[in-house]
Amino acid sequence: MITAGIDIGAKTVKVVLVEDGGILAKSLVLAGIDTAATTQQAFDEALAAADLSKEKVERLVATGTGRKDCALTDREITEVGAAAKGAIHILKSCRTVIDVGAEEGRTVRCDENGKVIDFAFNEKCAAGAGTFAEGMARALQVPLEELGPLSLTSRRAVQMNAQCAVFAESEVVTLIHAKTPRQDIARAVLDAIASRIVSMVRKVGFAQDVVLIGGVARNPGFVEAMKRSLEMDVYVPEDPEHVGALGAALAAAE
Amino acid sequence: MIANYGYKDGSGDFFITIDTDKCDGCGDCVSACPGGVFAVGEDPNDPLRDEPVAIVSDEQRKKIKYTCNPCKPDHDRHPLPCVQACKPSAISHSW
Amino acid sequence: MSEKQEFWRWKEYRWHDESMDWKDADIISAGVDIGSVSSQAVIMADGKLYAFSNQRTGFDSPESANQAINWAMEGTGMTVKDLHYTVGTGYGRVNVPFADKALTEIACHARGGNFMYGPSVRTLLDMGGQDCKAIRCDERGKVEAFLMNDKCAAGTGRGMEVFADLLAIPIEEVGELSLSVEEEPEPVSSTCVVFAKSEASALLREGWPKNKVLAAYCSAMAHRVVTLLERIEVQKDFAITGGIAKNSGVVKRLEKELGLEALKTKYDSQIAGALGAALFGKALETKRRKN
Ligand code: SF4
Ligand code: SF4
Repeated sequence: MITAGIDIGAKTVKVVLVEDGGILAKSLVLAGIDTAATTQQAFDEALAAADLSKEKVERLVATGTGRKDCALTDREITEVGAAAKGAIHILKSCRTVIDVGAEEGRTVRCDENGKVIDFAFNEKCAAGAGTFAEGMARALQVPLEELGPLSLTSRRAVQMNAQCAVFAESEVVTLIHAKTPRQDIARAVLDAIASRIVSMVRKVGFAQDVVLIGGVARNPGFVEAMKRSLEMDVYVPEDPEHVGALGAALAAAE
Repeated sequence: MIANYGYKDGSGDFFITIDTDKCDGCGDCVSACPGGVFAVGEDPNDPLRDEPVAIVSDEQRKKIKYTCNPCKPDHDRHPLPCVQACKPSAISHSW
Repeated sequence: MSEKQEFWRWKEYRWHDESMDWKDADIISAGVDIGSVSSQAVIMADGKLYAFSNQRTGFDSPESANQAINWAMEGTGMTVKDLHYTVGTGYGRVNVPFADKALTEIACHARGGNFMYGPSVRTLLDMGGQDCKAIRCDERGKVEAFLMNDKCAAGTGRGMEVFADLLAIPIEEVGELSLSVEEEPEPVSSTCVVFAKSEASALLREGWPKNKVLAAYCSAMAHRVVTLLERIEVQKDFAITGGIAKNSGVVKRLEKELGLEALKTKYDSQIAGALGAALFGKALETKRRKN
């Protein structure tokens, strides 16, 4: 049976097509003004990549913040459930999933069957998730993708005091004026997000192995910051932003 | 004086309230708190008060949601160390 | 008078009472409020307002403090040496090089508000550039309850600046423009300034006119501030100070939601903190002379 998982996030829409547990195709489209159109586009792109017609897809399940408004699917599952399912499919030994997207950070504790034991969110405050890094990259005048690599060249930890994405931008500007090396600022920014995420993770508790997913997991500087803050290794799958959609596609097959 | 330290942001309200009329400046909260949230000293909000009082330190004020997380696990929650340590019951939390 | 044409910049200015001769005064006290966005200096002669200045804070707090006090003294013949007691307040309060003492904005605002609005004022709301303070005080201006929010940009002048900037509208015009809508739109649903900004951009793309977007933001801001005020229990009389007191779009909506009208004052409400600091300066100098 072929199924599709559609993850409608704040910034992107992801689609994964699955046949008997194996991934056929994936797509990712930046969310535009019209979510329905973006969703359709992402679905079409995945179909094209798998060289399938849409009739071949038996079941579709939506997840993500925009899952309620998805016209394509028959069913939806929460981001928490999708993250657990997807992560445990990739790494059997996974017991904790940390999902950091643009607007939300999430932590999920699960058992060996992918059943959710507990979870927590950082939401509704841009300081607790990926958006925080965006503003700071702008203030540092580096492209977002370069923030992570830049931070890895830092040799010194500096402290950021602002706990708000808006105020932190001014703080970055002040740090630049004070001639703080840019790589140290980049590291401070990523450490700040990681510390807020880890504080949330500790609230629900965590067990190894830890899988880090969501778009922000692509940032190598953030992954290092997470390891430092958790004081343990974390596993990052190949396509960290697609894990939620994968989980949804797997749920569709059940 | 009812001193509210903390903040409200997009994700909710996080305030530690100290009733400075009850607080006797003993410092028990300072030693009880694992997060280093409190300090005892001159009241910066009341220049005419002579006795020392507990305050939430400036570095902690903007991140107490995160600092207090370990004291507030979702399951098996125990009474908060700071609240328990304070004999005159001057401390309370909004969340 | 220095003035820069940026959308988020308000006018800087100074004033002094030319009818007064400060040399006649027994105690000259000063208050310097170094906020994160604006800095004010107030000079009082025997507890009477003599001079003040209001300007944007620079990158360097001590430098801003010097500028603020020198500007307030401009043309008066006074120098820093003539100040008997100076109190620093605001976020940069420990960086006022010539101050005798540093006090929090909370204490100073209550005292300054009491002077500006008279002893009937019980609740003060101060919306500054990077913070929002709610204070309940007694008839002498002594604080009974307070709350300060300087963690989150929502509900602060900075949040409003982000919007003024997004819409390319001078900050002084935001209030009036937001009141020019025929019908109140739904408030912006996100509290977070970052998310509210994306929400507003989406509304603009949908074709909403700027005044409607501003109305939606001003009412969201007013609502947020009301929920903050509830924590300290609002009592009559009520007054608003700080930069946003000048934004009628927020003030009008706030008054409506609270069902209370804010007191008016002939003074510039932005100087409340510095004014309170100068008043404490006088009290502390009197105490010092007694000992
Ligand atoms: S809850 Fe814990 S960390 Fe927070 S103030 Fe109380 S003792 Fe300190
Ligand atoms: S404005 Fe800043 S502190 Fe407030 S919710 Fe947004 S990011 Fe968080």
